[in-house]
Amino acid sequence: MSVDSTNRFRKFKKFLITRFIFLNGIISIIVLGLILTFLVYNSFKFFSSYPIFDFLGGKEWYPTSEPEKFGLLPLLTGSALVSFGAIIIAIPLGIGTAIYIGELAPRTVREVIKPIIEILASIPSVVIGFIGMTLLSGIIKDTFQLNTGLTALTGSIMLAFMSLPTIISISEDAINAVPNTYRFASTALGATKWQTAYKTVVPAASSGILAATMLGLGRVIGETMTVLMVTGNSPRLVFSLLQPVRTITGTIAAEMGETVQGGLHYSALFAIGLILFLITFFINFIADKYVNKSR
Amino acid sequence: MNSTIELNRKKVTQNFFYGLLLLCSLMVILFVFGIIIYLIVKGGSALTWEFITQKPSGGMKEGGISTVIIGTLYLIVGTLIFSLPIGIFSAVYLNEYARKNRLTRIIRLSIVNMAGVPSVVFGLFGLGFFVIFLNFGRSILAGSLTLALLILPTIITSTEEALKSVPETYRHASVALGATKWQTIIKIVLPQAMPGIITGAVLGLGRAAGETAPILFTAAAFYQPNLPKSVFSQVMALPYHLYVMATQVADAPDEKKWGTALVLLLIVLFFASIATAIRTRARLRRKD
Repeated sequence: MSVDSTNRFRKFKKFLITRFIFLNGIISIIVLGLILTFLVYNSFKFFSSYPIFDFLGGKEWYPTSEPEKFGLLPLLTGSALVSFGAIIIAIPLGIGTAIYIGELAPRTVREVIKPIIEILASIPSVVIGFIGMTLLSGIIKDTFQLNTGLTALTGSIMLAFMSLPTIISISEDAINAVPNTYRFASTALGATKWQTAYKTVVPAASSGILAATMLGLGRVIGETMTVLMVTGNSPRLVFSLLQPVRTITGTIAAEMGETVQGGLHYSALFAIGLILFLITFFINFIADKYVNKSR
Repeated sequence: MNSTIELNRKKVTQNFFYGLLLLCSLMVILFVFGIIIYLIVKGGSALTWEFITQKPSGGMKEGGISTVIIGTLYLIVGTLIFSLPIGIFSAVYLNEYARKNRLTRIIRLSIVNMAGVPSVVFGLFGLGFFVIFLNFGRSILAGSLTLALLILPTIITSTEEALKSVPETYRHASVALGATKWQTIIKIVLPQAMPGIITGAVLGLGRAAGETAPILFTAAAFYQPNLPKSVFSQVMALPYHLYVMATQVADAPDEKKWGTALVLLLIVLFFASIATAIRTRARLRRKD
């Protein structure tokens, strides 16, 4: 009888523990679900009262004018311009560094460079933004003879460096995952180390390198403080890297403090937050496919 | 003869591209050291004992940043309390319990995607859920919870790596001695994995200390020189303080801006170096 009840107690305890651990295990699904739910819930007012085509196709973002204008296009092009510029700079730098660390550098050099890249990953975005504002913007202003140095390009340069840790570490993983037999075969056929790296290893690691670039892009699009501080925050529809722009992230960060809770503007900021969430989700989803492919 | 020329040409090409790749790496290194040295040069003179130990006063124009540093520490501690247990047990589930099925694949995909959610979206979520829906208000509590979610993927991933590195034989030995699975995890597996878990936690905390966007609408106070009274109070935090001084307060002294930036960088670098030290020590010990 008592043995039976201890057994029952043990079983019950095991049941509780298993359930508890399972609940922790699926926390990421729960959180993602909650984030999506609350973004939709809070943007509902905006989507139900503001015409969707005026939002998606609108060329003006004037949330405080009469009547208010919530056109997504200037913010979307702002984000796209800054990200495009950043990724163009980051791809050669990041992949070049990854090939150097992964294929060519002696072990000691590698052991020195890798922690430095980790330090780069840990520098707060607000610090990078502050330096971009005070130092880089002056350089950009003088170099291109502009009225202001706070431009999309200023943001692109700073964001490029911020995306490098992601691009470098994941590209390097992909390069390391290429079997050594490939390298031996290539060398045995008379190829130099460089030829092996660029004609054999890099193509074999290409899907991982592509994934790294996508993840870097996701990081760049979502970055907030740096772009808020260095891109000039002008919500006009422009197509030049040398003009001030405003990104989706910058808009949310800059305007949320001034809104009335539950108002149309407040709801509109959740709406562009939802758009941002969907864009980065899509990019990460694709990147993950390529990461798995490279394994 | 011809083949020597061919060989030379190959060598020249190789050296050229080696140089190019080296240049890429050097630019990255230069950027990192450039930022650190520039901050030290610009902010070093502001870094006095008074600056660290005095409250901000005169609307940020005078005084130091003592309560701002403490505010950041409060947020970090809160973040740790929420994210560490959940993160660890989430990793325990994935490594010790989960079967190779569809659910596990979805969980892994969710973790990757959660890591990619922009920090400002976490801020929006924190505002909608913790601040308004759960009615925590703009507070240390709401900010810590938001930051905890942000660093959760880091903690889960690094803990799982650490759990994987514990040899399977340890688990077998423990179970063979009559321990239950739960006892084995608590008494054998987790202690063995501790260095890796701590590394992940420290890296996550460094990130939490430097993030601005998630606390923008959930915790950060524009100007509140005194220490918060409870977890339901707003706090000043270093990254937000720097942002405010740099962009919102027109006549904030430059010296205080650079000083704040330097202190923030030093705190973050402190965390990063602890993580590196623990990892190196663990690697050396494994080699013995």
